[in-house]
Amino acid sequence: MAFYRPTRWQRPLALALLVALAALPFVLEAFDQAFYIGLATRVLIFALAASSLNLVLGFGGMVSLGHAAFFGIGAYVAAICQQAGINEALVAFPAAMAAAGLFALAVGAVSLRTRGVYFIMITLAFAQMVYYLFISARTWGGDDGLPLAGRMTLAGISLAGDRALFFAALAALTAAMVLFARLVDARFGRTLQAIRENETRMEALGYPAFRYRLVAFALGGAFAGLAGALLANLTGLASPNLLQWTQSGTLLVMVIIGGVGTLWGGVVGAALLLGLEEVLVGVTEHWHIILGLLLLAVVLFAPKGVTALFAAKGGGR
Amino acid sequence: MSGGLLEVRRLSRRFAAVDALKDVDFTVVAGEVHALIGPNGAGKTTFIHHVSGALRPDHGSVHFAGRDVTGLSMHERVRAGMARSYQITNVFPSLSVRDNAALAVQGRADAGSSFRFWRPVAAETALFGEAESCLAQVGLAGKADAIAGSLSHGEQRALELAMALATRPQLLLLDEPMAGTGPEESARMVELIEDLARHVTILLVEHDMDAVFRLADRISVLVNGQMICTGRPDEVRNDPGVRRAYLGDHL
Repeated sequence: MAFYRPTRWQRPLALALLVALAALPFVLEAFDQAFYIGLATRVLIFALAASSLNLVLGFGGMVSLGHAAFFGIGAYVAAICQQAGINEALVAFPAAMAAAGLFALAVGAVSLRTRGVYFIMITLAFAQMVYYLFISARTWGGDDGLPLAGRMTLAGISLAGDRALFFAALAALTAAMVLFARLVDARFGRTLQAIRENETRMEALGYPAFRYRLVAFALGGAFAGLAGALLANLTGLASPNLLQWTQSGTLLVMVIIGGVGTLWGGVVGAALLLGLEEVLVGVTEHWHIILGLLLLAVVLFAPKGVTALFAAKGGGR
Repeated sequence: MSGGLLEVRRLSRRFAAVDALKDVDFTVVAGEVHALIGPNGAGKTTFIHHVSGALRPDHGSVHFAGRDVTGLSMHERVRAGMARSYQITNVFPSLSVRDNAALAVQGRADAGSSFRFWRPVAAETALFGEAESCLAQVGLAGKADAIAGSLSHGEQRALELAMALATRPQLLLLDEPMAGTGPEESARMVELIEDLARHVTILLVEHDMDAVFRLADRISVLVNGQMICTGRPDEVRNDPGVRRAYLGDHL
Protein backbone atom coordinates (compact mmCIF):
# COMPACT_ATOMS: atom_id res chain seq x y z
CA MET A 1 0.00 0.00 0.00
CA ALA A 2 1.25 3.41 -0.83
CA PHE A 3 2.20 6.02 1.73
CA TYR A 4 -0.02 9.06 2.10
CA ARG A 5 1.03 12.13 0.16
CA PRO A 6 -0.99 15.32 0.18
CA THR A 7 -2.09 16.27 -3.32
CA ARG A 8 -2.10 19.80 -4.58
CA TRP A 9 -5.84 19.93 -5.27
CA GLN A 10 -6.74 18.50 -1.89
CA ARG A 11 -6.84 21.71 0.11
CA PRO A 12 -8.90 23.80 -2.34
CA LEU A 13 -11.26 20.86 -2.86
CA ALA A 14 -11.70 20.38 0.89
CA LEU A 15 -12.36 24.11 1.35
CA ALA A 16 -14.93 24.07 -1.46
CA LEU A 17 -16.62 21.06 0.11
CA LEU A 18 -16.65 22.79 3.49
CA VAL A 19 -18.27 25.91 2.00
CA ALA A 20 -20.84 23.80 0.18
CA LEU A 21 -21.65 21.86 3.34
CA ALA A 22 -21.94 25.07 5.35
CA ALA A 23 -24.49 26.34 2.85
CA LEU A 24 -26.36 23.04 2.70
CA PRO A 25 -28.83 23.54 5.60
CA PHE A 26 -29.87 26.94 4.25
CA VAL A 27 -30.35 25.55 0.74
CA LEU A 28 -32.40 22.64 2.05
CA GLU A 29 -34.54 25.00 4.10
CA ALA A 30 -35.04 27.30 1.13
CA PHE A 31 -36.33 24.38 -0.91
CA ASP A 32 -38.49 23.16 1.95
CA GLN A 33 -36.46 19.98 2.35
CA ALA A 34 -35.28 20.63 5.92
CA PHE A 35 -35.98 16.97 6.66
CA TYR A 36 -32.74 16.09 4.89
CA ILE A 37 -30.64 18.10 7.34
CA GLY A 38 -31.01 15.17 9.73
CA LEU A 39 -29.76 12.74 7.09
CA ALA A 40 -26.85 15.03 6.25
CA THR A 41 -25.93 15.22 9.94
CA ARG A 42 -26.01 11.43 10.12
CA VAL A 43 -23.66 11.24 7.15
CA LEU A 44 -21.23 13.68 8.82
CA ILE A 45 -21.28 11.68 12.05
CA PHE A 46 -20.66 8.37 10.31
CA ALA A 47 -17.99 10.03 8.18
CA LEU A 48 -16.24 10.92 11.44
CA ALA A 49 -16.63 7.38 12.85
CA ALA A 50 -15.48 5.73 9.61
CA SER A 51 -12.52 8.12 9.31
CA SER A 52 -11.46 7.26 12.85
CA LEU A 53 -11.58 3.57 11.89
CA ASN A 54 -9.60 4.33 8.75
CA LEU A 55 -6.81 5.77 10.89
CA VAL A 56 -6.63 2.45 12.71
CA LEU A 57 -7.34 0.13 9.79
CA GLY A 58 -6.03 1.99 6.79
CA PHE A 59 -3.04 3.85 8.16
CA GLY A 60 -2.23 1.57 11.08
CA GLY A 61 -2.95 -1.73 9.32
CA MET A 62 -4.96 -2.97 12.32
CA VAL A 63 -8.10 -4.81 11.22
CA SER A 64 -10.30 -4.09 14.21
CA LEU A 65 -13.76 -5.58 14.43
CA GLY A 66 -14.44 -3.81 17.70
CA HIS A 67 -14.63 -0.19 16.66
CA ALA A 68 -18.36 -0.04 17.48
CA ALA A 69 -17.48 -0.40 21.16
CA PHE A 70 -15.79 3.01 21.14
CA PHE A 71 -18.59 4.50 19.04
CA GLY A 72 -21.23 3.16 21.43
CA ILE A 73 -19.34 4.12 24.56
CA GLY A 74 -19.27 7.70 23.27
CA ALA A 75 -23.05 7.64 22.86
CA TYR A 76 -23.59 6.19 26.33
CA VAL A 77 -21.22 8.65 27.99
CA ALA A 78 -23.19 11.51 26.44
CA ALA A 79 -26.47 10.05 27.72
CA ILE A 80 -25.00 9.27 31.14
CA CYS A 81 -23.62 12.81 31.39
CA GLN A 82 -27.06 14.19 30.72
CA GLN A 83 -28.58 11.82 33.25
CA ALA A 84 -26.08 13.19 35.75
CA GLY A 85 -27.19 16.72 34.98
CA ILE A 86 -24.37 17.70 32.65
CA ASN A 87 -26.02 19.09 29.55
CA GLU A 88 -23.06 20.99 28.14
CA ALA A 89 -21.48 19.33 25.12
CA LEU A 90 -18.17 21.06 25.81
CA VAL A 91 -17.97 18.82 28.88
CA ALA A 92 -19.87 15.75 27.69
CA PHE A 93 -18.14 15.39 24.30
CA PRO A 94 -14.59 15.51 25.67
CA ALA A 95 -15.73 13.09 28.38
CA ALA A 96 -17.04 10.75 25.68
CA MET A 97 -13.74 11.02 23.81
CA ALA A 98 -11.74 10.40 26.96
CA ALA A 99 -13.81 7.37 28.00
CA ALA A 100 -13.72 5.82 24.52
CA GLY A 101 -10.04 6.66 24.08
CA LEU A 102 -9.02 5.22 27.44
CA PHE A 103 -11.02 2.07 26.81
CA ALA A 104 -9.37 1.79 23.39
CA LEU A 105 -6.01 2.19 25.11
CA ALA A 106 -6.80 -0.74 27.40
CA VAL A 107 -8.20 -2.91 24.59
CA GLY A 108 -5.24 -2.07 22.39
CA ALA A 109 -2.71 -2.78 25.11
CA VAL A 110 -3.99 -6.35 25.21
CA SER A 111 -5.07 -6.95 21.60
CA LEU A 112 -2.04 -5.45 19.87
CA ARG A 113 0.11 -8.27 21.22
CA THR A 114 -1.67 -10.51 18.72
CA ARG A 115 -1.75 -10.44 14.93
CA GLY A 116 -4.03 -11.24 12.03
CA VAL A 117 -7.13 -13.28 12.74
CA TYR A 118 -6.41 -13.30 16.46
CA PHE A 119 -6.43 -9.53 16.53
CA ILE A 120 -9.77 -9.45 14.70
CA MET A 121 -11.25 -11.97 17.12
CA ILE A 122 -9.95 -10.34 20.29
CA THR A 123 -11.18 -6.86 19.32
CA LEU A 124 -14.53 -8.44 18.48
CA ALA A 125 -14.59 -10.19 21.85
CA PHE A 126 -13.89 -6.95 23.72
CA ALA A 127 -16.65 -5.17 21.81
CA GLN A 128 -19.17 -7.93 22.53
CA MET A 129 -18.23 -7.79 26.21
CA VAL A 130 -19.12 -4.11 26.26
CA TYR A 131 -22.33 -4.83 24.38
CA TYR A 132 -23.48 -7.40 26.95
CA LEU A 133 -22.39 -5.17 29.79
CA PHE A 134 -24.64 -2.35 28.62
CA ILE A 135 -27.53 -4.69 27.77
CA SER A 136 -27.54 -6.02 31.31
CA ALA A 137 -27.01 -2.65 33.00
CA ARG A 138 -30.50 -1.73 34.26
CA THR A 139 -29.46 1.75 35.36
CA TRP A 140 -28.50 2.54 31.79
CA GLY A 141 -31.69 1.21 30.26
CA GLY A 142 -30.62 -2.34 29.48
CA ASP A 143 -32.02 -3.61 26.16
CA ASP A 144 -33.91 -0.38 25.53
CA GLY A 145 -30.87 1.85 25.68
CA LEU A 146 -30.56 5.13 27.49
CA PRO A 147 -32.69 7.96 26.05
CA LEU A 148 -31.67 11.59 26.16
CA ALA A 149 -34.26 14.01 27.54
CA GLY A 150 -33.34 16.42 24.79
CA ARG A 151 -30.34 17.61 22.86
CA MET A 152 -27.45 19.19 24.70
CA THR A 153 -26.12 22.71 24.49
CA LEU A 154 -22.78 23.56 22.95
CA ALA A 155 -21.10 26.52 24.65
CA GLY A 156 -24.54 27.58 25.81
CA ILE A 157 -26.12 27.36 22.35
CA SER A 158 -28.87 24.78 22.15
CA LEU A 159 -28.38 21.95 19.67
CA ALA A 160 -32.14 21.34 19.61
CA GLY A 161 -32.47 22.78 16.13
CA ASP A 162 -31.40 20.46 13.30
CA ARG A 163 -29.28 23.19 11.79
CA ALA A 164 -27.35 23.72 15.05
CA LEU A 165 -26.56 20.02 15.43
CA PHE A 166 -25.56 19.83 11.76
CA PHE A 167 -22.99 22.57 12.31
CA ALA A 168 -21.74 20.93 15.48
CA ALA A 169 -21.18 17.68 13.54
CA LEU A 170 -19.57 19.58 10.68
CA ALA A 171 -17.20 21.31 13.08
CA ALA A 172 -16.25 18.01 14.71
CA LEU A 173 -15.64 16.31 11.37
CA THR A 174 -13.64 19.27 10.07
CA ALA A 175 -11.44 19.35 13.16
CA ALA A 176 -10.88 15.61 12.97
CA MET A 177 -10.06 15.67 9.26
CA VAL A 178 -7.60 18.54 9.69
CA LEU A 179 -5.91 16.64 12.52
CA PHE A 180 -5.82 13.36 10.55
CA ALA A 181 -4.49 15.10 7.45
CA ARG A 182 -1.66 16.67 9.45
CA LEU A 183 -0.96 13.57 11.46
CA VAL A 184 -0.60 11.13 8.59
CA ASP A 185 1.84 13.46 6.86
CA ALA A 186 3.85 14.14 10.04
CA ARG A 187 6.47 11.95 11.71
CA PHE A 188 3.83 9.95 13.52
CA GLY A 189 1.89 9.08 10.37
CA ARG A 190 5.02 8.23 8.44
CA THR A 191 6.07 5.92 11.25
CA LEU A 192 2.63 4.35 11.53
CA GLN A 193 2.39 3.62 7.82
CA ALA A 194 5.92 2.24 7.70
CA ILE A 195 5.02 -0.12 10.55
CA ARG A 196 1.96 -1.18 8.56
CA GLU A 197 4.22 -1.94 5.60
CA ASN A 198 7.04 -3.72 7.43
CA GLU A 199 6.98 -3.97 11.19
CA THR A 200 10.21 -5.97 11.55
CA ARG A 201 12.15 -3.47 9.49
CA MET A 202 10.92 -0.64 11.69
CA GLU A 203 11.92 -2.54 14.83
CA ALA A 204 15.32 -3.00 13.23
CA LEU A 205 15.52 0.78 12.76
CA GLY A 206 14.91 1.30 16.48
CA TYR A 207 11.16 2.01 16.45
CA PRO A 208 9.04 0.47 19.22
CA ALA A 209 6.21 -0.50 16.84
CA PHE A 210 3.76 -1.46 19.57
CA ARG A 211 3.68 2.04 21.07
CA TYR A 212 2.89 3.76 17.77
CA ARG A 213 0.14 1.28 16.98
CA LEU A 214 -1.35 1.68 20.45
CA VAL A 215 -1.48 5.47 20.24
CA ALA A 216 -3.15 5.31 16.82
CA PHE A 217 -5.63 2.75 18.13
CA ALA A 218 -6.53 4.92 21.13
CA LEU A 219 -6.78 8.06 18.99
CA GLY A 220 -9.13 6.25 16.61
CA GLY A 221 -11.19 5.13 19.59
CA ALA A 222 -11.43 8.66 20.98
CA PHE A 223 -12.77 10.09 17.72
CA ALA A 224 -15.23 7.21 17.39
CA GLY A 225 -16.39 8.22 20.87
CA LEU A 226 -16.95 11.79 19.70
CA ALA A 227 -19.01 10.48 16.77
CA GLY A 228 -21.06 8.37 19.20
CA ALA A 229 -21.80 11.35 21.43
CA LEU A 230 -22.99 13.33 18.41
CA LEU A 231 -25.15 10.45 17.22
CA ALA A 232 -26.81 10.13 20.63
CA ASN A 233 -27.75 13.79 20.30
CA LEU A 234 -29.12 13.26 16.80
CA THR A 235 -31.25 10.21 17.58
CA GLY A 236 -31.98 11.06 21.22
CA LEU A 237 -30.91 7.60 22.31
CA ALA A 238 -27.80 5.72 23.35
CA SER A 239 -28.76 2.34 21.94
CA PRO A 240 -26.99 -0.94 22.61
CA ASN A 241 -27.25 -1.57 18.85
CA LEU A 242 -24.49 0.99 18.40
CA LEU A 243 -22.18 -1.34 20.30
CA GLN A 244 -22.97 -4.45 18.34
CA TRP A 245 -20.46 -6.08 16.04
CA THR A 246 -22.70 -5.45 13.04
CA GLN A 247 -22.06 -1.76 13.66
CA SER A 248 -18.32 -2.43 13.50
CA GLY A 249 -19.03 -4.24 10.24
CA THR A 250 -20.92 -1.26 8.83
CA LEU A 251 -18.01 1.04 9.63
CA LEU A 252 -15.60 -1.43 8.03
CA VAL A 253 -17.75 -1.55 4.88
CA MET A 254 -17.76 2.25 4.72
CA VAL A 255 -13.98 2.36 4.93
CA ILE A 256 -13.53 -0.38 2.34
CA ILE A 257 -15.95 1.25 -0.11
CA GLY A 258 -14.41 4.67 0.38
CA GLY A 259 -10.80 3.54 0.31
CA VAL A 260 -8.68 1.89 2.98
CA GLY A 261 -5.73 4.06 3.92
CA THR A 262 -6.84 7.11 1.94
CA LEU A 263 -7.48 10.32 3.82
CA TRP A 264 -11.01 10.72 2.41
CA GLY A 265 -11.96 7.06 2.40
CA GLY A 266 -14.13 7.21 5.52
CA VAL A 267 -15.98 10.32 4.42
CA VAL A 268 -16.66 9.06 0.90
CA GLY A 269 -17.66 5.62 2.15
CA ALA A 270 -20.08 6.97 4.76
CA ALA A 271 -21.70 9.33 2.26
CA LEU A 272 -22.05 6.59 -0.36
CA LEU A 273 -23.41 3.92 1.94
CA LEU A 274 -25.91 6.12 3.78
CA GLY A 275 -26.88 7.93 0.56
CA LEU A 276 -27.51 4.66 -1.27
CA GLU A 277 -29.46 3.31 1.66
CA GLU A 278 -31.66 6.40 1.66
CA VAL A 279 -32.34 6.20 -2.07
CA LEU A 280 -32.92 2.45 -2.19
CA VAL A 281 -35.28 2.37 0.79
CA GLY A 282 -37.60 4.55 -1.24
CA VAL A 283 -37.43 2.19 -4.23
CA THR A 284 -37.97 -1.23 -2.75
CA GLU A 285 -38.46 -3.06 0.50
CA HIS A 286 -35.67 -5.44 -0.47
CA TRP A 287 -33.11 -2.68 -0.71
CA HIS A 288 -30.49 -4.76 1.06
CA ILE A 289 -30.13 -6.95 -2.03
CA ILE A 290 -29.46 -4.02 -4.35
CA LEU A 291 -27.07 -2.52 -1.83
CA GLY A 292 -25.24 -5.84 -1.62
CA LEU A 293 -24.87 -6.01 -5.40
CA LEU A 294 -23.58 -2.46 -5.51
CA LEU A 295 -21.04 -3.26 -2.81
CA LEU A 296 -19.95 -6.28 -4.80
CA ALA A 297 -19.48 -4.04 -7.83
CA VAL A 298 -17.37 -1.60 -5.84
CA VAL A 299 -15.16 -4.36 -4.50
CA LEU A 300 -14.79 -5.94 -7.96
CA PHE A 301 -14.23 -2.80 -10.00
CA ALA A 302 -12.68 -0.45 -7.47
CA PRO A 303 -10.87 -2.74 -5.05
CA LYS A 304 -8.90 0.16 -3.62
CA GLY A 305 -12.09 2.07 -2.89
CA VAL A 306 -14.01 4.75 -4.68
CA THR A 307 -11.55 7.45 -3.62
CA ALA A 308 -8.81 5.68 -5.59
CA LEU A 309 -10.86 6.03 -8.79
CA PHE A 310 -10.77 9.79 -8.46
CA ALA A 311 -7.15 9.84 -7.40
CA ALA A 312 -6.20 7.91 -10.55
CA LYS A 313 -8.06 10.42 -12.72
CA GLY A 314 -6.37 13.26 -10.88
CA GLY A 315 -2.97 12.03 -12.04
CA GLY A 316 -2.02 9.40 -9.46
CA ARG A 317 0.38 10.29 -6.76
CA MET B 1 38.97 -12.34 25.26
CA SER B 2 37.58 -9.55 27.40
CA GLY B 3 36.61 -6.01 26.49
CA GLY B 4 34.81 -7.07 23.33
CA LEU B 5 32.18 -4.76 21.90
CA LEU B 6 29.89 -7.75 21.48
CA GLU B 7 30.20 -10.75 23.74
CA VAL B 8 28.01 -13.80 23.45
CA ARG B 9 28.34 -16.24 26.34
CA ARG B 10 27.31 -19.89 26.31
CA LEU B 11 24.31 -19.18 24.10
CA SER B 12 22.00 -22.14 23.51
CA ARG B 13 18.75 -22.49 21.66
CA ARG B 14 16.68 -25.58 20.86
CA PHE B 15 13.94 -25.78 18.27
CA ALA B 16 11.88 -28.86 19.14
CA ALA B 17 14.44 -31.70 19.09
CA VAL B 18 17.11 -29.77 17.23
CA ASP B 19 19.94 -27.95 18.96
CA ALA B 20 20.12 -24.92 16.71
CA LEU B 21 22.84 -23.33 18.84
CA LYS B 22 24.91 -25.14 21.47
CA ASP B 23 26.93 -23.24 24.08
CA VAL B 24 28.16 -20.65 21.64
CA ASP B 25 30.85 -18.29 22.90
CA PHE B 26 31.63 -15.44 20.57
CA THR B 27 33.33 -12.07 20.78
CA VAL B 28 33.58 -9.16 18.38
CA VAL B 29 36.31 -6.67 19.30
CA ALA B 30 35.70 -3.00 18.63
CA GLY B 31 37.13 -1.90 15.31
CA GLU B 32 37.39 -5.27 13.60
CA VAL B 33 35.55 -6.87 10.74
CA HIS B 34 34.53 -10.24 12.10
CA ALA B 35 33.13 -12.73 9.61
CA LEU B 36 30.87 -15.60 10.57
CA ILE B 37 30.90 -18.47 8.13
CA GLY B 38 29.61 -22.01 8.09
CA PRO B 39 27.87 -24.52 5.86
CA ASN B 40 24.18 -24.13 5.03
CA GLY B 41 21.98 -24.89 8.00
CA ALA B 42 24.79 -24.34 10.49
CA GLY B 43 22.69 -21.83 12.41
CA LYS B 44 24.21 -18.57 11.22
CA THR B 45 20.93 -16.76 10.68
CA THR B 46 19.56 -18.13 13.97
CA PHE B 47 22.68 -16.81 15.66
CA ILE B 48 22.29 -13.36 14.11
CA HIS B 49 18.65 -13.30 15.20
CA HIS B 50 19.80 -13.90 18.78
CA VAL B 51 22.36 -11.15 18.56
CA SER B 52 19.90 -8.64 17.07
CA GLY B 53 17.13 -9.54 19.49
CA ALA B 54 14.63 -11.09 17.08
CA LEU B 55 14.91 -14.36 19.03
CA ARG B 56 15.58 -15.09 22.70
CA PRO B 57 18.01 -17.79 23.84
CA ASP B 58 17.14 -20.72 26.13
CA HIS B 59 20.42 -20.24 27.97
CA GLY B 60 23.32 -17.85 27.81
CA SER B 61 23.62 -14.13 27.41
CA VAL B 62 24.45 -11.39 24.95
CA HIS B 63 26.51 -8.42 26.09
CA PHE B 64 26.93 -5.29 24.06
CA ALA B 65 29.26 -2.40 24.93
CA GLY B 66 29.65 -3.73 28.44
CA ARG B 67 25.94 -4.13 29.06
CA ASP B 68 23.80 -7.26 29.26
CA VAL B 69 21.27 -6.88 26.44
CA THR B 70 19.84 -10.41 26.56
CA GLY B 71 16.49 -9.12 27.81
CA LEU B 72 16.26 -6.18 25.43
CA SER B 73 13.97 -6.22 22.39
CA MET B 74 15.23 -5.57 18.89
CA HIS B 75 14.36 -1.88 18.84
CA GLU B 76 16.05 -1.34 22.19
CA ARG B 77 19.24 -2.99 20.92
CA VAL B 78 19.16 -0.78 17.85
CA ARG B 79 18.90 2.26 20.08
CA ALA B 80 21.85 0.89 22.06
CA GLY B 81 23.95 1.03 18.88
CA MET B 82 23.51 -2.27 17.09
CA ALA B 83 22.14 -2.09 13.54
CA ARG B 84 21.47 -4.90 11.11
CA SER B 85 20.88 -5.33 7.43
CA TYR B 86 18.81 -8.18 6.12
CA GLN B 87 19.59 -11.20 4.00
CA ILE B 88 16.58 -10.43 1.85
CA THR B 89 16.23 -6.86 0.69
CA ASN B 90 14.04 -5.11 3.18
CA VAL B 91 13.51 -1.49 2.19
CA PHE B 92 10.23 0.39 1.74
CA PRO B 93 9.68 -0.04 -1.99
CA SER B 94 6.99 2.63 -2.43
CA LEU B 95 9.01 5.38 -0.74
CA SER B 96 11.79 7.32 -2.40
CA VAL B 97 15.39 6.43 -1.60
CA ARG B 98 15.71 9.65 0.37
CA ASP B 99 12.54 8.95 2.36
CA ASN B 100 13.81 5.49 3.23
CA ALA B 101 17.02 6.91 4.62
CA ALA B 102 15.18 9.73 6.42
CA LEU B 103 12.94 7.18 8.10
CA ALA B 104 16.06 5.46 9.41
CA VAL B 105 17.47 8.77 10.70
CA GLN B 106 14.13 9.60 12.32
CA GLY B 107 14.21 6.34 14.29
CA ARG B 108 17.33 7.36 16.15
CA ALA B 109 17.05 8.43 19.79
CA ASP B 110 18.84 11.74 19.21
CA ALA B 111 16.62 12.62 16.24
CA GLY B 112 13.77 13.45 18.62
CA SER B 113 10.44 11.81 19.26
CA SER B 114 8.39 10.39 16.43
CA PHE B 115 5.22 11.21 18.34
CA ARG B 116 4.88 14.41 16.37
CA PHE B 117 1.46 14.93 14.92
CA TRP B 118 1.45 18.27 13.17
CA ARG B 119 4.56 19.24 11.21
CA PRO B 120 4.90 17.56 7.80
CA VAL B 121 7.87 15.22 7.61
CA ALA B 122 8.82 16.82 4.31
CA ALA B 123 9.54 20.08 6.19
CA GLU B 124 12.07 18.44 8.52
CA THR B 125 15.21 19.46 6.70
CA ALA B 126 17.53 18.10 9.39
CA LEU B 127 16.31 14.55 8.76
CA PHE B 128 16.82 14.82 5.04
CA GLY B 129 20.21 16.48 5.30
CA GLU B 130 21.51 13.56 7.27
CA ALA B 131 19.73 11.05 5.09
CA GLU B 132 21.57 12.45 2.08
CA SER B 133 24.93 12.12 3.75
CA CYS B 134 24.19 8.46 4.54
CA LEU B 135 23.22 7.91 0.93
CA ALA B 136 26.42 9.58 -0.22
CA GLN B 137 28.41 7.18 1.96
CA VAL B 138 27.07 4.20 0.03
CA GLY B 139 27.20 5.88 -3.37
CA LEU B 140 23.49 6.49 -3.78
CA ALA B 141 23.54 10.29 -3.65
CA GLY B 142 22.47 10.52 -7.29
CA LYS B 143 19.52 8.21 -6.77
CA ALA B 144 17.90 10.02 -3.83
CA ASP B 145 14.74 10.91 -5.74
CA ALA B 146 14.19 7.45 -7.23
CA ILE B 147 11.49 5.20 -5.83
CA ALA B 148 13.27 2.53 -3.83
CA GLY B 149 11.40 -0.29 -5.57
CA SER B 150 12.79 0.82 -8.93
CA LEU B 151 16.45 0.42 -7.89
CA SER B 152 18.56 -2.49 -9.07
CA HIS B 153 19.12 -5.31 -6.63
CA GLY B 154 22.63 -4.13 -5.82
CA GLU B 155 21.43 -0.58 -5.25
CA GLN B 156 18.73 -1.81 -2.91
CA ARG B 157 21.39 -3.68 -0.95
CA ALA B 158 23.36 -0.44 -0.74
CA LEU B 159 20.25 1.42 0.43
CA GLU B 160 19.78 -1.24 3.06
CA LEU B 161 23.30 -0.45 4.25
CA ALA B 162 22.64 3.28 4.22
CA MET B 163 19.59 2.75 6.42
CA ALA B 164 21.59 0.68 8.88
CA LEU B 165 24.27 3.40 8.92
CA ALA B 166 21.68 6.09 9.52
CA THR B 167 20.97 4.59 12.93
CA ARG B 168 24.60 5.52 13.76
CA PRO B 169 25.57 2.08 14.99
CA GLN B 170 28.68 1.04 16.87
CA LEU B 171 28.20 -2.44 15.49
CA LEU B 172 26.82 -3.30 12.09
CA LEU B 173 25.38 -6.79 11.59
CA LEU B 174 25.48 -7.59 7.90
CA ASP B 175 23.51 -10.71 7.02
CA GLU B 176 24.75 -11.86 3.61
CA PRO B 177 25.12 -8.44 1.99
CA MET B 178 26.28 -10.05 -1.29
CA ALA B 179 23.30 -12.41 -1.51
CA GLY B 180 21.88 -12.38 -5.01
CA THR B 181 24.26 -9.76 -6.39
CA GLY B 182 26.23 -10.22 -9.58
CA PRO B 183 30.06 -10.22 -9.64
CA GLU B 184 30.28 -6.52 -10.46
CA GLU B 185 27.86 -5.53 -7.73
CA SER B 186 29.64 -7.83 -5.30
CA ALA B 187 32.94 -6.14 -6.01
CA ARG B 188 31.36 -2.75 -5.37
CA MET B 189 29.79 -4.04 -2.15
CA VAL B 190 33.17 -5.32 -0.92
CA GLU B 191 34.68 -1.89 -1.55
CA LEU B 192 31.79 -0.29 0.25
CA ILE B 193 32.14 -2.52 3.31
CA GLU B 194 35.90 -1.94 3.34
CA ASP B 195 35.18 1.75 3.40
CA LEU B 196 32.58 1.47 6.18
CA ALA B 197 34.89 -0.72 8.27
CA ARG B 198 37.06 2.31 8.91
CA HIS B 199 34.30 3.90 10.97
CA VAL B 200 32.28 1.05 12.42
CA THR B 201 32.75 -2.47 13.79
CA ILE B 202 31.24 -5.07 11.50
CA LEU B 203 29.92 -8.57 12.06
CA LEU B 204 29.60 -10.08 8.62
CA VAL B 205 27.72 -13.26 7.74
CA GLU B 206 28.57 -14.22 4.19
CA HIS B 207 28.82 -17.18 1.83
CA ASP B 208 31.09 -15.48 -0.66
CA MET B 209 34.49 -16.73 0.56
CA ASP B 210 36.50 -14.34 -1.61
CA ALA B 211 34.73 -11.45 0.03
CA VAL B 212 35.10 -12.95 3.50
CA PHE B 213 38.85 -13.53 3.19
CA ARG B 214 39.36 -10.11 1.73
CA LEU B 215 37.35 -8.22 4.34
CA ALA B 216 37.67 -10.10 7.60
CA ASP B 217 40.19 -9.38 10.33
CA ARG B 218 38.99 -12.50 12.10
CA ILE B 219 36.72 -15.36 11.12
CA SER B 220 34.52 -17.63 13.22
CA VAL B 221 33.18 -20.89 11.90
CA LEU B 222 29.79 -22.21 12.98
CA VAL B 223 28.99 -25.86 12.26
CA ASN B 224 25.88 -27.64 13.48
CA GLY B 225 25.19 -24.95 16.02
CA GLN B 226 28.68 -25.03 17.50
CA MET B 227 31.45 -22.50 17.09
CA ILE B 228 34.32 -24.77 16.07
CA CYS B 229 37.01 -22.21 15.35
CA THR B 230 37.84 -18.52 15.62
CA GLY B 231 40.99 -16.93 14.30
CA ARG B 232 42.79 -14.91 11.66
CA PRO B 233 41.90 -15.80 8.06
CA ASP B 234 45.08 -17.86 7.51
CA GLU B 235 44.55 -19.75 10.76
CA VAL B 236 40.99 -20.59 9.82
CA ARG B 237 41.97 -21.58 6.30
CA ASN B 238 44.42 -24.14 7.65
CA ASP B 239 42.28 -25.45 10.49
CA PRO B 240 41.67 -29.19 10.04
CA GLY B 241 38.23 -29.06 11.70
CA VAL B 242 37.08 -26.35 9.33
CA ARG B 243 38.38 -28.25 6.32
CA ARG B 244 36.55 -31.36 7.45
CA ALA B 245 33.30 -29.44 7.93
CA TYR B 246 33.48 -27.81 4.50
CA LEU B 247 34.70 -30.87 2.63
CA GLY B 248 32.11 -32.98 4.41
CA ASP B 249 29.56 -30.55 3.13
CA HIS B 250 30.56 -31.31 -0.43
CA LEU B 251 30.78 -35.10 -0.15
